[in-house]
Amino acid sequence: MSKYTPVIGLEIHVELKTKSKMFCQCDADYFGKKPNSNTCPVCIGMPGALPVPNRTAVEWAIKIGQALNCVINKHSKFDRKHYFYPDLPKAYQISQYDEPIAVNGRFNIITTPSSLRSATPPYIGGEFTNNNLLLTKEEYPKGEVVKKIAITRVHLEEDTGKLTHTGKDTLVDFNRSSVPLVEIVTEPDFENAEDVKIFLEKLHTIIRYLDVSDANMEEGSMRMEPNISLSMISDKAERMKHLPNYKVEVKNINSFNFAKKAIDFELIRQAKILDKGETPAQETRGYDDKKGITFSQRSKEEAQDYRYFPEPDIPPMEFSDEEIEAIRLTIPELPSAKRERFIRDFGLKENEAAILARERSIADYYESVFSKIKSIRASSEIENVEKLTASAIVNKRISISQSPDEFAEKFIETYKPIDVDQDKLSEVIASIIKNNPKQVEQYNAGKTGLLGYFVGMVMKEMNGKADPQAVQKLMRERLS
Amino acid sequence: MDLFGKTITELQALIKEKKVAASEVWEYFVKRSKRHNPKLNAYVSLLEKPSNPIVKGIIPKMELWGIPLAVKDNYCTKGVRTTASSKVLDDFISPYESTVTSKLKLSGYELLGKTNMDAWAHGASTETSDYGLTKNPWDLGRYPGGSSGGSAAAVAAYIAPGAIGSDTGGSIRHPSAWCGIIGLKPTYGRVSRYGVIAMGSSFDCPGPMTQSVEDNAMLLQIMAGKDPYDATSSPVAVPDYRSKMKTKRKLKIGIAREYLKGVEPDIQTAFENMVDVIKKMGHSVVDVSLMSPEYSISVYTIAQRAEVSSNLGRYDGIRYANNRAYFGQEAKRRIMLGTYTLSHGYYDAFYKKAQKVRTLIKNNFKKTFEDVDLIIGPNTPVTALKVGEFEKYPFFGELMDQLNESASVAGIPAMSIPIELDSKNLPIGMQIMGNYFDESSIFNFAYQIEQETNFFDVIKKGREKYK
Repeated sequence: MSKYTPVIGLEIHVELKTKSKMFCQCDADYFGKKPNSNTCPVCIGMPGALPVPNRTAVEWAIKIGQALNCVINKHSKFDRKHYFYPDLPKAYQISQYDEPIAVNGRFNIITTPSSLRSATPPYIGGEFTNNNLLLTKEEYPKGEVVKKIAITRVHLEEDTGKLTHTGKDTLVDFNRSSVPLVEIVTEPDFENAEDVKIFLEKLHTIIRYLDVSDANMEEGSMRMEPNISLSMISDKAERMKHLPNYKVEVKNINSFNFAKKAIDFELIRQAKILDKGETPAQETRGYDDKKGITFSQRSKEEAQDYRYFPEPDIPPMEFSDEEIEAIRLTIPELPSAKRERFIRDFGLKENEAAILARERSIADYYESVFSKIKSIRASSEIENVEKLTASAIVNKRISISQSPDEFAEKFIETYKPIDVDQDKLSEVIASIIKNNPKQVEQYNAGKTGLLGYFVGMVMKEMNGKADPQAVQKLMRERLS
Repeated sequence: MDLFGKTITELQALIKEKKVAASEVWEYFVKRSKRHNPKLNAYVSLLEKPSNPIVKGIIPKMELWGIPLAVKDNYCTKGVRTTASSKVLDDFISPYESTVTSKLKLSGYELLGKTNMDAWAHGASTETSDYGLTKNPWDLGRYPGGSSGGSAAAVAAYIAPGAIGSDTGGSIRHPSAWCGIIGLKPTYGRVSRYGVIAMGSSFDCPGPMTQSVEDNAMLLQIMAGKDPYDATSSPVAVPDYRSKMKTKRKLKIGIAREYLKGVEPDIQTAFENMVDVIKKMGHSVVDVSLMSPEYSISVYTIAQRAEVSSNLGRYDGIRYANNRAYFGQEAKRRIMLGTYTLSHGYYDAFYKKAQKVRTLIKNNFKKTFEDVDLIIGPNTPVTALKVGEFEKYPFFGELMDQLNESASVAGIPAMSIPIELDSKNLPIGMQIMGNYFDESSIFNFAYQIEQETNFFDVIKKGREKYK
């Protein structure tokens, strides 16, 4: 029996790709712009300037809440969160406190027990437990396990500016200030880093499907901070009731892989401290991806008092059932539903369906391409267009970086049954048998591997205008 | 032509009829300001040149063409120093224009100067200004009231024909009463706050300060309306105040005895006399019962301090002239109290409870206005105090504004008009409170009183010695 069960919760920030910023009309796309050129009195917090919320950002936050199966609050408001930092021009961030856009969601991830075992790092003293499985292997086919991750809340806030340290100076750039951010907070439901990675990948896919953010961790449009601690209690319900008396937040993680590595590092670090009978410090740690370690950034012994209060400059928001429903209708078919449909309706293999459904642009391309192919007369002789198209895309046999028309043309060229000149084929086969007596002899003596050699020669003579399978069959008949 | 004492409306007519050139009007007020400002200290900055170029001989159709106005120094005015009377913003030249002054600019007004105020609008005396006290034109040894004291003094001494102020808890009405002019705090959300340096964000109301009711209505007409830059500005349609003002309505006026407590006898008498006049004019006067103003003072003090502590956080010394050490005593007090009431563990007991009481106060007014058109009462418990008395009261502002804060807490419109002089020859103000977005009834009533009494010549007497 292992000693510790990891308790991991996530805070994820997603930068929305709205046209304008959260509270002003500056461009939300600040990337690569001259410092402080993408600003106005509102986003640099000039005296007297006032925030006006971006309606699209509010709708998109609702949409994200809906995609995460949350309850959308019909009454929501903005609050001021106070702290001093040079990148925060008003000395408060407009965020949401007790009435966020959405609450109480759930998000299922699919994982496999075997991959988990290999994913969990060994450390001196044993291994970590893994028991938040919802369904057992028997209940879910193919050795997969569905895990339910509870979403605590989804709220809307504004991004801060950016500091650059050069020598002894620190420069501040407000181009990013007030870009809309959606914060997604999960319950501490994760028990290993692999699940976190799977969750992040699935979330990334969905956010991109909703077309509300690039959700790019490398570029910072999706950021995540895990809260990590270790519990001695193996029973999940009991563990959730008595969470560990410390937690460590890890920052500056900018890829899914680093997320896993940082968490694994942290689990072992904490386990070693606990093994010595000590308690890890409550703190914020940074992740150094070059060294693959976390390092202490600041102590969080005292909970910071943000002095939240309702933002007086923005009236509270009310959403009717009709408005919420109208937003729900704009949510496209999400990847898991799409994957299921591809398998059900087109008979695709599970891994092919999953690959196609992962990116909305690829899934859309796939569907538009095969319907295009089917509309072309010449395709009527090709069977299983949906399956062949899927396989051509997945195996990169035909490039998807061309227009659907070009793809369709190439597809038909590749898969159209060939008009075989049967007389010529017979002649070619006969002449090859005649001209290669030594190989024929070897074949008849049992070296059947030579069949491929003969087929290759036939195909070459026929300039490829024959079906290799049919040639193989014919060849075998003639040789015997 | 002698322009002395002309209202804005009269000046507009003279300019339109080409009896006086816009440039003459500008020069007249610049000259008067230069002459009288040294003793009054009504301005923090006085403009040397007109901001809207005055072209000789051409009279554009703009309503305020050639009319110079004084604007409180908490309005951001592009290219002009804007300090809110605090050294923290000593050299802040605003890169943008407030919505109110933009609207005035589009109507052709000339910015005459930026008027002195209590620093950050914290106070009722202008004594907290980092640029010296403004003197009351009636008696230079007395406070003009505040925080829009510079604007009130400028109008009272006629160094400006009208001025713009801002009212958070009485900051337009209080100095208007003490200087003997007409000042309106409109309904919260009637006028955009964009570009007005925030004090108490859920209370701040920009408003006009004038010598006549018509001027006041005319300026509000220009200032009011929904602003895409202020999410709290209201989409309620702006009526034609002046045409509505001139139909003589018989109104039902409420008097709340709760608002007469602790008021000086001279003010009490003047108010009772005014009530008689109102009755004689044919209006009906009834007693109404309102929640005690004490509750409003508590709610106001907690909520406003909380908002102040939040709003002043941005002056961290990184981006503006001077650092936090330049905050005055009053600002520091408010930041500390506000920070305390918002702190973890105290929020529920103070801020949240204050918001609940605020809702009760709003409902109390809404219910009362189902029965009456307007509620009247004295505007201040005392007339202008002598310089130095501020020191005696730690909550001087709240004490002086105790009759004004209810309207601020509720967000209803309220006006101060002069009704009499007291035994010290100082003006007495009466407050007229109206229902939400019903500035029209206030103007209608005040205009009738003006027609009937000419405010007992208080405004005229005030400016007389500055002739």
